[in-house]
Amino acid sequence: MDKFLTVDADKCTGCRLCEQVCSVMHEGVSNPAKSRIQVVKWEQEGIYIPVICKQCEDAPCMNVCPVRAISRDPDFGFVKVDHEVCIGCRSCVGICPFGAMGYNDTTHQVFKCDLCGGDPQCVRFCEVNALEYVSADRVSSQKKRKGAARQSAAERQAVALG
Amino acid sequence: MALDRKIAYINLTTGDVEIKPIPLEMRKKFIGGRGMDAYLLYNHAPKGCDPIGPENPMIVSGGLLTATCASATARTHVMAKSPLTGLLGSCNMGGFFAPEMAWAGFHHLVITGKADKPVYLWIHNGEIEIRDAGHLWGKNSTDTQWAIRDELDDEEVKSMVIGQAGENLVTYACVMTGIKNAGGRTGLGCVMGSKNLKAVAVRGTMDIKIAHPVDALEHNKKFIDQITGAKVNQIQGALGTPFIWGATNCWGGVRTRNFQYNQMEYADEIEPEAIDDYAAETMGPHHMTGCFGCQVHCRAQYKIQSGLYKGKYDEGPEYTSLGAFGAEPDCKSIETVLTGNHLVNQYGVDNLEIGSMIAWAMELYELGILTTKETEGLDLRFGNDEALLQMVHNICTRTGWLGNVLADGGIPAAEKIGKNAFDYLIQVKGMNNLHSDERATPGLALNIATASRGSDHLRSRPAIDLYHLPEPVLRKIYSSPVPYDGPLSSEHTEYIGKPWQVFWQENVYMAVDCLGICKYHTVFLGATLPNFEDWPKVIYYNTGLEFTPREIWDAAERCNNLERLFNLREGLTRNDLKKGDTLNHRYFDEPCRRGAPDVIGKRIDRDKFNVMIDEFYKHHGWDNDGVPTSETLTRLGLENEPTRLL
Repeated sequence: MDKFLTVDADKCTGCRLCEQVCSVMHEGVSNPAKSRIQVVKWEQEGIYIPVICKQCEDAPCMNVCPVRAISRDPDFGFVKVDHEVCIGCRSCVGICPFGAMGYNDTTHQVFKCDLCGGDPQCVRFCEVNALEYVSADRVSSQKKRKGAARQSAAERQAVALG
Repeated sequence: MALDRKIAYINLTTGDVEIKPIPLEMRKKFIGGRGMDAYLLYNHAPKGCDPIGPENPMIVSGGLLTATCASATARTHVMAKSPLTGLLGSCNMGGFFAPEMAWAGFHHLVITGKADKPVYLWIHNGEIEIRDAGHLWGKNSTDTQWAIRDELDDEEVKSMVIGQAGENLVTYACVMTGIKNAGGRTGLGCVMGSKNLKAVAVRGTMDIKIAHPVDALEHNKKFIDQITGAKVNQIQGALGTPFIWGATNCWGGVRTRNFQYNQMEYADEIEPEAIDDYAAETMGPHHMTGCFGCQVHCRAQYKIQSGLYKGKYDEGPEYTSLGAFGAEPDCKSIETVLTGNHLVNQYGVDNLEIGSMIAWAMELYELGILTTKETEGLDLRFGNDEALLQMVHNICTRTGWLGNVLADGGIPAAEKIGKNAFDYLIQVKGMNNLHSDERATPGLALNIATASRGSDHLRSRPAIDLYHLPEPVLRKIYSSPVPYDGPLSSEHTEYIGKPWQVFWQENVYMAVDCLGICKYHTVFLGATLPNFEDWPKVIYYNTGLEFTPREIWDAAERCNNLERLFNLREGLTRNDLKKGDTLNHRYFDEPCRRGAPDVIGKRIDRDKFNVMIDEFYKHHGWDNDGVPTSETLTRLGLENEPTRLL
């Protein structure tokens, strides 16, 4: 079954451990510039939003690639780059609406999230569960619960007002 | 590699910049961070130099493990001679500055000289530039950081800055980074201001190669589980350091009304749970934030809901802000605490010191030593929230006679105020104490009396002493990596065994400061947290360097002795009330008036205290005056210092 990496920015504490472990996992170095996930911050207001590839169904990076180097992994469903085919034109970097495609200036290759082959390290290390790796049927369950709680609170209030 | 990070020497008078590698043998001896800073300070500060003169070196550093794949390596350390104490100036802060500096290629900066006009340093991927800061002068700590980001057109720039307090040479001004991360103690923001240095801005995208990445990653996971598994860290993650304040206040260990009491009564409005509710109301249920790579996330976020600063966002308050704007001035309003916290963050001043100074002035006002003549009409009585906040402004901007006098620090202020004002100043080595009361806890009292940077809880506090752990548990912790078969007591009101505990804690805290790790990740508040035995693997996987637990201990002891040598050189003597290892007379003379049954009536026994000091010195291999013996210096390889190898 397809699993998705979900982000709940409300829970993110902004610690950037995900960036650290991602770059160590993929490159053997600590360097957020090479991390597949990045926490975008508005520090003045205390807002932190982890940004990572959404593995889009109709992926612009896949569509724009002139040499068809980008395809979908049949096992885990993530969008992947075949560096044997890639010509390094960075069209994918330009078109991604989330800025989730990166460019490594050491290897001169584009890079993106590959869900660590099914065991995303960012999720494994995120103790506050701002990042989760869940199956399709669970993808909106938390939101549903939250929404239901709001609704129930509103209903209780309405009843109380009579 | 972490090991290829460089040291830079920056002379602000001449504009010269020199960049050097850090030799491996120096790493083995001093590890990095605070330990290496101590070496650099001892070697580069001329004896007796003026703390706000150009020759005082300001050293900024990250630790050996900063930004590697280890947990919570966020700490920045800053060292210089302190304008507050005239002794060791040393502060440590969280946030994201040190990791960014490491990605920019540097572990240590040695900043000397004085710029002829305001400047800031721009450090980017191995390069260092001195830039004009005329347009930044006068700005508060956060506005300065955002203005630098705008100017450099990069949202990821991290800056260590001073606010107006540092510019105005308040002797306990902080260096700040982010919203509230403060290198708060010993007034190093004042040193920065004296150099006309408004900020150090860093940005880096250089790899830190991990020696054994797979092992480092797996070990980090285990480490984090150990750290977040500790109950104390789970509570920290929910309530932050106010939880310690609340717990301490319960048993009677919170300094109140400038040491008149040891507990604040009717504190419901500023209890940790109340602050949590407030923060949840203004920021949502997930309102905790953290430093780089840390899963403890001990800082609350909040918005002020009412008053002059309504709508302002800030982080905290910490224990110290609850002391500074709560118990010490005896103000019980959450709005006052949060506003005070916001003001000190913006001005860039040590909340702990300013709170103590104002509470001291309040007691002097109550006693008639200060009158409305000196306060220029301000009714500086305890519990006057408005006067408290007004004094924060006055001190940071050096407004009015009293504001200006208090901005000079406790001892100079006591001289200017005259009479017996000094007797009421709760300080050690010229620095005020944390808003805690140690009269019932001799181990903690020994800690603040002997801490290398003046009265301070983060240098050697055996905080787990308060948990009444069974003796075998204590023995397991405290007899490794160096055997100890002397007495140990589970009783926090006892004197026996405490000198060893304080000695052991001193080394453990030095070690984490050298590695660049936060103290919540070692035996500070939690007995099960990592210490000497756990670090060799982390160091090896991340850097490839091999240390045994004993070697880490020895390095920590070496660095502590360097700090001691610096203090002795600058005038520390054992019994000097202003520069020594002793406490204000009130610790010995005035018993606790409130608190738990085993706390009420307690005070420190002067004779037993002296025996503790003797024993403490003996553990170090220091003589009766607290001077390291020549055997000790030889054992630690310090006999030829200063050697000026770096």
